[in-house]
Formats: sequence, structure tokens, C-alpha cells
Amino acid sequence: MTALEKQPEAPAAGEPLVVLDGVNKWFGKLHVLQDINISIKRGEVVVVIGPSGSGKSTLCRAINRLETIDQGSIALDGDPLPQEGKALAALRADVGMVFQSFNLFAHKTILENVTLGPIKVRKKPKAEAEAKARELLDRVGVGVQAEKYPAQLSGGQQQRVAIARALAMEPKVMLFDEPTSALDPEMIKEVLDVMVSLAKGGMTMIVVTHEMGFARTAADRVIFMSDGAIVEENTPHEFFTNPQSARAKDFLGKILKH
Amino acid sequence: MEAVLDNIGLVGWAFAHTVLLFLFSGVLSLLLGTFLVALRVGPVVVLQRAAATYVTVVRNTPLLIILMFFQFAAPKLGVTFNFIDVQWGEVSMTSFFGAAVVSLSLYTSTFVCEALRSGVNSVPLGQAEAARAIGLSFGGVMSQVVLPQAYRASVPPLASVQIALLKNTTVAGVFGVMEALARMRILTNNFTGQKIGIFLAFAIVFVVLVEVLSFLASRLERRWRIA
Repeated sequence: MTALEKQPEAPAAGEPLVVLDGVNKWFGKLHVLQDINISIKRGEVVVVIGPSGSGKSTLCRAINRLETIDQGSIALDGDPLPQEGKALAALRADVGMVFQSFNLFAHKTILENVTLGPIKVRKKPKAEAEAKARELLDRVGVGVQAEKYPAQLSGGQQQRVAIARALAMEPKVMLFDEPTSALDPEMIKEVLDVMVSLAKGGMTMIVVTHEMGFARTAADRVIFMSDGAIVEENTPHEFFTNPQSARAKDFLGKILKH
Repeated sequence: MEAVLDNIGLVGWAFAHTVLLFLFSGVLSLLLGTFLVALRVGPVVVLQRAAATYVTVVRNTPLLIILMFFQFAAPKLGVTFNFIDVQWGEVSMTSFFGAAVVSLSLYTSTFVCEALRSGVNSVPLGQAEAARAIGLSFGGVMSQVVLPQAYRASVPPLASVQIALLKNTTVAGVFGVMEALARMRILTNNFTGQKIGIFLAFAIVFVVLVEVLSFLASRLERRWRIA
């Protein structure tokens, strides 16, 4: 898995890559994102945690505009998110997304799942895309499954393929929307291992998760959300050992001791 | 039955017309139906409404009326198919044939559209989201991810629609295309004593043709079954 650490990374680590400024969103009367301001630096790994319904997934999905926002702005690499059309498609190609339910293309083989974007969006020659895809599949440990269909793989394998599919686009940032929540406990580790090596390799990552272990080992920063707002933001060590807000203390009390 | 066997050549050519009407209209209706469903589920509201209106109007009009329109009314509006004139053995494809193909295609495409739309609705939303997330455009999402899965899910209803089309080709016999129904009418008129045998013979050929079609559909369904 150490090969993952050799991710090609854009130069100039440390400058802001994803900037959310005054983001608000309502679902009807429900204020699901309340004045969100976040700046994520290149190479930074940010873990977003919080109780169900706190808006973490919506936040994650807003960054590649699978959810629209009502107020504020989101910028990627200095450019505001396009409204729609070709520019939006181009932005999404630069943002890797991993879903809770994997969402591998059910009618395509594992290899085709990974090569679809590079061939159709990046216009790479098929042979080149396939070579790169096999390399990525090997890295995430499912290389031997390349000719199978998604339904023939376990959940953990499918999620690792989904990560390879996102990586094949050579994204600037990777979004993970509860990537392990639909997995059996024994499969969670294999997915987290891949994510940890990605993080160590310098990939910019925004991870919505309930895996506190991942937050502790791989995160540079933890963002705690509750009821659509950012309640607390800190380093993992500070956040877990010395939470400031009552809401965070309550949440951590519930999930860390049972 | 003897009347059919004695005129087996003519009957064969008549069914050649039937099969050709079906093949041309089948392919065109699938293409047009796919286009319609793309409009219906697409992001442009005006096109959604236009496609929905088209489906409502054409689907709710009897096929016979659509054919009459293209045979009698359309030429007065300057829409003719006189440029079509293909002779192949006893098969003659003329303006009548063209008008029949157009009518059958327009009519059947609305059913194809609705069968496919049920297929599109059966594709989980996450599939389209994942396709968008790797940067595919609406066209790419539809052609690469959503429609291929929608087709797989729609094989049984699409087969029914195409079977209905195969049988609907008989309507063209009323309008100057020498297909199975037209030939059957000539035979029953000339051999009035053998009406039942003639009916049976033609019915059996239709049953066989439809059976071939449903066999192909079930083959396709099995081959496309997602592992």
C-alpha cells in the first residue's frame, strides 16, 4: 500500500485550495448549512464529523455542486464554482468523489469503471487509460478483480475501486462522503488503510466520517458540525482530548465510550 | 390451405414486406424513442414539456388516423414520400411504404419512450451522481451510464412494444403496401371456400414471427443481466 504515497501532487503546498465563504443552504425551512466558512490548504486532510443530520454530507456534496447552495461562494483553486454546463463538468473532473454507497457503474466491469472518466472526459487513449487503471487497482489491492462486475465484489472491494475510479481522474482534491458507513466492520479497515496512505501521500482530502480512529491518525484538522453549523475546529489531538463546546463534549462522550 | 401453398411465393413476398416494415420502423422507433426519453429526463424544461406533449398527442391518437394523415393530409401540406422508389424482386418500397414506416415509427416511438422512461427511473440516482462526479456532461451521463442500464431494465416492456409494432404493420396493408394482410385479403377474396385455412396459415406465420422476436428478447435479457 506504500505505493499510494507516491501520488503526484501539485506544487506549492500550503496555499488555499478549497475556500467556502459564507455558505448558506435551506431545504425548505430547514437551514441545513449555516454561514459556513472554511479554507482548506493544498495537501491538507480535513475530517468533518458530527451527528446525523448536521449537514456534513450536504457540505461535502456542495463542494462539487451535487448540491446547490443558496448563499455564499465556494471556490476551487481560486476559481468560483461554475453554475452548470461544460465548466461545471470540468470542475467535477478535478474533484474526486467517493460515496457512501460506492455507486460503481453496475453494467461496466471494474476496469471500465476506472477507465470511463479518463477516456471520455480526459480523452486519453484507451491503452494508456487501462494501464493507469490497472496500476491504480493494484495499488488499492483489487487488481485481480479488474474483469469482474461490481456486484461480484464485496463492499470493501467496491469502495476501493470507487477510490481508484476517482484517483484515475488525477483530482486536485478528494471528497469522501461517509465512505465506510455502509461497510461491515472487517471491511472498514481495508478502505481506511487506502485512505490513510492517500493522506500520507499528500492528497488534499475532505472526509465526512464517523471513524474517529482515521481522524486521529490521518487528519490535519477536525471540523465538528452540528445542526448545519460549524461548532468547533481544531487539530485532532486538541479536539479529542480537549473539546471546547458542550455539543462536542456531548457527541464525543456518546461515541467514544460505549 | 391449398390456396396458400399454391401461392407460397406471393405469401412469402408479402411477409417480406411485413418484416421490412417492422425492421425499418423498429429501428427508427427505438432511435426516436431514445431521443424523446433523453428530452423528457433532461434538464431543459421547455424540451421536457415538448417531449411530454408529443408523447401524449401521438400515443393517444389511433394508429389508423396517423396513417391516414400521412397518406392523405400530409401530401396536401407538401409532405410526400415520392422520392422513395425501391424495387427488389417482388418487394416494392414506394411512397406508400415510406408513409407507413414514418407513421409506425412516430407512433411506436412514444411507447418506446415510456418503456425506457420506466427503465431510467429504475436506475439508482447514485449512478447518475457518480457519473456527474467524474466530469461527464449530461449527454455522457445518459449515453454511458443511465441509458445502458435503462435499456437492460426495459427489455421486457420494449419487447412488448416491438411485438405490437410487428402486428401493427398490418395496418399498412390498407394503404397500398402489399404486406401480409393485403395478400391475405386477396387470397380470401379469390378462394372464398378456404377462408379459415388462409386465416390460420397467416396467423401461424405471425405467431412464429412474434415467437422469434420474444426469443431474441429473452436471449438479450439473459445476456445483459447484471452479474
